[in-house]
Amino acid sequence: MRIAIVAKQLGSGYSDAIRKGGEQASAELGKVQMIFTGPSTPTAEGQIEVLNTLIAQQVNAIAVAANDPDALVPTLKRAMQRGIKVISFDSAVSPEGRIVHLAPSSDALVGETCLQLAQAAAPGGKGKIAILSASATATNQNAWIAAMQSALPRHPDLQLVATVYGDDLSDKSYREALALLKRFPDLAVIVAPTSIGIVAAAKAIEDEHLTGKVFVTGLGLPSELLGHINAGSVKSFALWNPIDLGYSAVTLATHLARGAKTGPGATVPLGRIGSVTFDQAGTGPMSKPFIFDGANTAEFAKIF
Amino acid sequence: MPPQPPEPMRLPNRIPGRESALAAVIVVMVAALGLRWPQFATLSSLRDVLDDTAILILLALGQMLVIVTRCIDLSVAANVALSGMIVAQLEQSHPSLPILVLMIFGMLAGSVFGAVNGLLVWLVRVPSIVATLGTMAMFRGIVYLISAGRWINSDQLSPQFQQEIRDTWLGLSMLSWLAIAGVALIALLLRYTNAGRRLYLAGGNPAAAAYVGVQVGRSQFNAFVLCGMLAGLCGYLWVARFAVAYTDIASGFELQVIAACVIGGVSIRGGSGTVAGVLLGCVFLGIVRNALPLVGISPFWQMAVNGLVIVGAAMLNEQASAEQPRRILEPDAK
Repeated sequence: MRIAIVAKQLGSGYSDAIRKGGEQASAELGKVQMIFTGPSTPTAEGQIEVLNTLIAQQVNAIAVAANDPDALVPTLKRAMQRGIKVISFDSAVSPEGRIVHLAPSSDALVGETCLQLAQAAAPGGKGKIAILSASATATNQNAWIAAMQSALPRHPDLQLVATVYGDDLSDKSYREALALLKRFPDLAVIVAPTSIGIVAAAKAIEDEHLTGKVFVTGLGLPSELLGHINAGSVKSFALWNPIDLGYSAVTLATHLARGAKTGPGATVPLGRIGSVTFDQAGTGPMSKPFIFDGANTAEFAKIF
Repeated sequence: MPPQPPEPMRLPNRIPGRESALAAVIVVMVAALGLRWPQFATLSSLRDVLDDTAILILLALGQMLVIVTRCIDLSVAANVALSGMIVAQLEQSHPSLPILVLMIFGMLAGSVFGAVNGLLVWLVRVPSIVATLGTMAMFRGIVYLISAGRWINSDQLSPQFQQEIRDTWLGLSMLSWLAIAGVALIALLLRYTNAGRRLYLAGGNPAAAAYVGVQVGRSQFNAFVLCGMLAGLCGYLWVARFAVAYTDIASGFELQVIAACVIGGVSIRGGSGTVAGVLLGCVFLGIVRNALPLVGISPFWQMAVNGLVIVGAAMLNEQASAEQPRRILEPDAK
């Protein structure tokens, strides 16, 4: 059985990590040959060329991380007409162009993970926390904040005192973080589910010599946070693990090619990751975000 | 008795009353904030505000030179991003270079980008708002190209690269001292050098300037180069302060810089503006943007208040210029 993975772009640390996970899955599944491919630049045109080649080769399934949700649809429809099982992962294709989409995580899981990280970072596991978001109109940010708020009752030791917005600008995020430190002198944790905000907040805490007293956590890239993990202002943070994503994409595509069902509510096993359950729109979250800390950040920083 | 040297040209459109009024507003504002939020009026908190405002001050000084010559530089924040990325990459590849060398290199790079604007305006005669709108996008594009969209992060920058501007002397950070030095140098330039005085003449009345042999385009070019040089310096400062370089740093910051100039009383029509006014405009904006998060109002109100302040200042400017005697000859387009 031949399963093709189409990355957004070849040659990046991120896509190499996806390939690594895919190789683990194909070795584990047995009798699966993974074809890992993608364009050299992150364009939809490049992906269409690659997809045409894969259709000609009559692979059994294709998993694609789309550079454009709509541009790939006609090509992917043609693939499905030829009996190829098509899924998207990481970055979605519109529903008509794929059977299911494997999202790295879900809003609820992100919210819950952020609070768990905050609890882990807060001295004694309790205290005041504040959220530093991107812009007040960012859809994904607001969904995560809402998820955090609804998960708060499960973390009674944490008290959410403020939500502020850094607009994904370094200077504004830094300023908002400073203001949080002044408004709440006993603040324990700043949760920033945005890559620019988390870096700016960590820098602000280091500059105010509050490292070890106030901690920063949230969502970020290991390469961007390695310096702050080393400085001690960030204990741990989360994001998806591209290795797990590659592993899950190959596993899911193989199960589909072997005849697994995928209607709303259907559950497909994902090996060591667990399983994925699809909603009405055919989207399923892979898992909770992966947690990076002092032990693994340096290693992942080489990847992304 | 030897012949007296001619009286130095009076700086046109100086409105000292306006500056004292702005200074008074700032004092009242800090006092009021201090009463309600005592943690804002502490020395260390005000030092934080100055630190936060230093880059704005340096950029606004450069922008003021450009605006005085009746031009505008929209590419100034993009210049910060590009110079900052170049300095960060240089630091990454040659971590042993002294910070001073990196700083001078950043200023040189910024000057070159400023000169591109200046040449477009001077020799090609593209209106500055169009020229710098174009170079703004160009500079950001180049940052993306040379960095391949990757960030340069704190662990990739040497500790002294990040620390030097934080070192304190007489209670203030080097970043703040750089802003103070910038204020002094630009004030001297504008007050005591011919090149500085020509900027006012070129912007105040380009037609008259041409008659007395001042090359308006050349003055505008000089202003753009100086503005670029300051932006280049700020490129290093920004990357060192926030410990990260990427394509979008200082995104949209040009608008804050222009706003600081307008609040400080620099006439967008050219020919008038003072260093003291710009400094006060920056401090005012710096206090507003540091106090608003502390007050904890909604982010939408923050935007609205920022906008109101700018419109209010612009209205004051209009009134001030309306009070002045009409010129006999309306200046021609250059």
